[in-house]
Amino acid sequence: MTAPLAFDVIVLGAGPAGATCAATAAEAGRRVAVIDEQPRAGGQVWRAPMGGFPGKGDADQAAGDALRQRLAASPATGLLGHRVWSVVRTESGYRVDTLGPDGPTALEAPSLVVATGAHERVVPFPGWTTPGVIGLAAATVLLKSHGVVPGRRLVVAGCGPLLAVVAAGLVKAGAEVAAIVDIAPRSAWLSRLPAILGQPRLATRGLSWAFAVAKAGVPTLSGHGVRRVEGGEAISRVVIGPVDADGAPVEGPEQVIEADSLIVGHGLTTASEVTRLLRAEHRFDRLRGGWIPVVDGAFQTSLPGLHAIGDGAGIRGQAMASLAGEALGWHLAGRTAEAAATRARMAAATPFSDAMAGLMAQRPAQVRAIAPETVVCRCEDVTRAEIDAAVDAGATQIDQLKHFTRCGMGPCQGRSCADTVQELMAARLGTSREAVGQWTGRPPLRPVPLGEVIGAFSYVDIPIPTPAPL
Amino acid sequence: MSARHDLVVVGGGIHGCTVALMAARGGLNVALVERGALCREASGVNAGTLTMQMTRVALIPYALRAHAMWADAPNWLGHDVGVVVCDGLSLAFTEREEELLSYRAGKRREAGAPIELIGANAAREVEPGLGEGVRLAGHCKVDGYANAYLTGLAFHRALIDAGVTLMEHRAATGIDRDEGGFAVQTAQGPVRGKRLVIAGGVWIEPMMAWLGVPLPIKVLVNQLAVTERQRPVMRTVIGIASGLLSLKQYPHGTTVIGGGWQGVGDRERGGVALMPDRLIGNVRLACHAIPALKEARLARAWAGLEAETADALPAVGPIPGIPDAYVCGSVHSGYTSGPYLARLLADLILEREPALPLFPIDRLLPPQSGRAAS
Repeated sequence: MTAPLAFDVIVLGAGPAGATCAATAAEAGRRVAVIDEQPRAGGQVWRAPMGGFPGKGDADQAAGDALRQRLAASPATGLLGHRVWSVVRTESGYRVDTLGPDGPTALEAPSLVVATGAHERVVPFPGWTTPGVIGLAAATVLLKSHGVVPGRRLVVAGCGPLLAVVAAGLVKAGAEVAAIVDIAPRSAWLSRLPAILGQPRLATRGLSWAFAVAKAGVPTLSGHGVRRVEGGEAISRVVIGPVDADGAPVEGPEQVIEADSLIVGHGLTTASEVTRLLRAEHRFDRLRGGWIPVVDGAFQTSLPGLHAIGDGAGIRGQAMASLAGEALGWHLAGRTAEAAATRARMAAATPFSDAMAGLMAQRPAQVRAIAPETVVCRCEDVTRAEIDAAVDAGATQIDQLKHFTRCGMGPCQGRSCADTVQELMAARLGTSREAVGQWTGRPPLRPVPLGEVIGAFSYVDIPIPTPAPL
Repeated sequence: MSARHDLVVVGGGIHGCTVALMAARGGLNVALVERGALCREASGVNAGTLTMQMTRVALIPYALRAHAMWADAPNWLGHDVGVVVCDGLSLAFTEREEELLSYRAGKRREAGAPIELIGANAAREVEPGLGEGVRLAGHCKVDGYANAYLTGLAFHRALIDAGVTLMEHRAATGIDRDEGGFAVQTAQGPVRGKRLVIAGGVWIEPMMAWLGVPLPIKVLVNQLAVTERQRPVMRTVIGIASGLLSLKQYPHGTTVIGGGWQGVGDRERGGVALMPDRLIGNVRLACHAIPALKEARLARAWAGLEAETADALPAVGPIPGIPDAYVCGSVHSGYTSGPYLARLLADLILEREPALPLFPIDRLLPPQSGRAAS
């Protein structure tokens, strides 16, 4: 194994936060490496077109192209198409291990920036694992990177601004959108209007999505949620019904919508695996997407040299992520005046980002209304009833629940279900999310093939430690 | 004033749980105090291997009896821990490993382990998943594995069935001797017992210090890894001559890779981090032994603590100078042998003659100490 490559700063994630941070710090003279598992920078919001697809030519693509060009022109070293599987503290900083197109790579730096974004939250309902049900964020990947419409007649459901984004994208691509089903009542949007209007550029874009959807005659059912999906092997019908402001079903007529695809998402949860793995201090912030690393004014966590920015440090959206990336880039280059100026711009953007985060936050009542027979951990097929039974049998901590049920022990290692499972446990125990805690963070950060982890080797060179005493 | 139990056990790992279970079944009123949940440290996060080929020679007679206990777990424990009894192979790929294997297998065989040395072709008949380059293999028919993470749930149910007063999430902060025996101090109040068993794994050292007994316990930080599910690629428990590999595929398709490669951690923080180079080394050994593992993806790796005395032999027996106080722990390959050693200690406490000798700790204490404050 060769010595790790040395940098001043390693940035994990090349979305708006990470790529901006990497470019800013590198342009100011720092030796920076930026790593992303995707082959091109941009993150999810500015995801690049791939595989010959020219892209949609919209504002997101233009912004993404501008960031990609800036990063490529900067002196930062880009390790794109690299999957980070291990991050550890060393005596002098942090070591990152990746698997890339050319095999394993190790890097070291005194400063590590975690800009790993968010995971999509889907609160389970009967039939949510049926083929044809896909996430809202997943749909944006198909639309932005590949121009693929995942169905012929689609229902777009859930909550938050992605509903309109995806529905407008589908309409533009020529798909038939049967309905938009929004958990939030109209009043939830209206009450946020002042904050939304505070960001005219973003408000205009939101209006253009809403206009595109309205022009296509797509009905929007506010204050409604998906009751269940019917069809067995593939979707044939989506059954919806009224919900209260917290997303819990209430009495009222159900409606059956014929569809071959349901695109559904209930907001975003922080992808905080790296800070959790390193055991930085976290706090629970429901508005900001769940467990988030505690950071100071320079985005530094409780561990020296470990910084967290973007949605992975609390859901705030792209505008705030880009600003945080720039501010931290200046910080890391020792340019405190520029950093402070950028931070001041973040304050102005806060009301808008809070308004959007509020629409995308977990609704506990919706989680607590999950039916007993519904699968919650889809990797290991663990139902709500099995989770409740484990709690009743004495599992009081989230790590213990794994041993009782295998919940969270599958390929996703709880990335998909943690936020829901922890809420269910807190509900059953009648305690707080803080008391239930988080699953212990462990490597690998993503599943990696053993055949790639081992690289090329000869048996006699394996540094086998001294045998135990006989 | 809380009620006084016949026996208070401090530590809810496999040793503490077994002592508590056997003592309760023997008629004692038993309380078990555990700072977390049962078997969530070494007893729940180890590789689950039940093997003679990684067991210390002096422990072979105990391990054989313990293996029989595991195989019979549904009867004495009453709850499933996923025990599978199968063949085990210890492999030698180099001349040096061949010598090591011949010597070590010979010693274990003298101690009673049914290990045969076999060639590459015979080894492949036992384990068709083997890779190339095997020069010699130790073959033991008394081998197998359990699903370690099920241990806590199984003991939880068994202890409640047996009437043990289970005090989970209750950390001992000190132990005082009083007129009737012992008072284990906790934030929720003292737990009093006529007799005391200290079974705190790597935390035995600070617990013994509360009693004024200086018993050094080393802390090993063992790295482990598990793959995602894949097709059946092996049917035995695999190790190598040096002992630095343990490998088995569970019926549901995941494979656990262990062997005692050291990670980062300590008594205060637990298993904090895994060293990537050592994880890679461990996985290289695994893929060298069973090449089809290369197709699998690594799902999770973790690090758990293991306790070891100065001579790497158990600390199981009375605490010198302190009547009615006992210690139980630091058993090398403790998951395999633990239940039997703990049962022997329960026999001693119940005033039955243990079937095999215990491992008293007098040998581990400085000459002038350890007879403290009697």
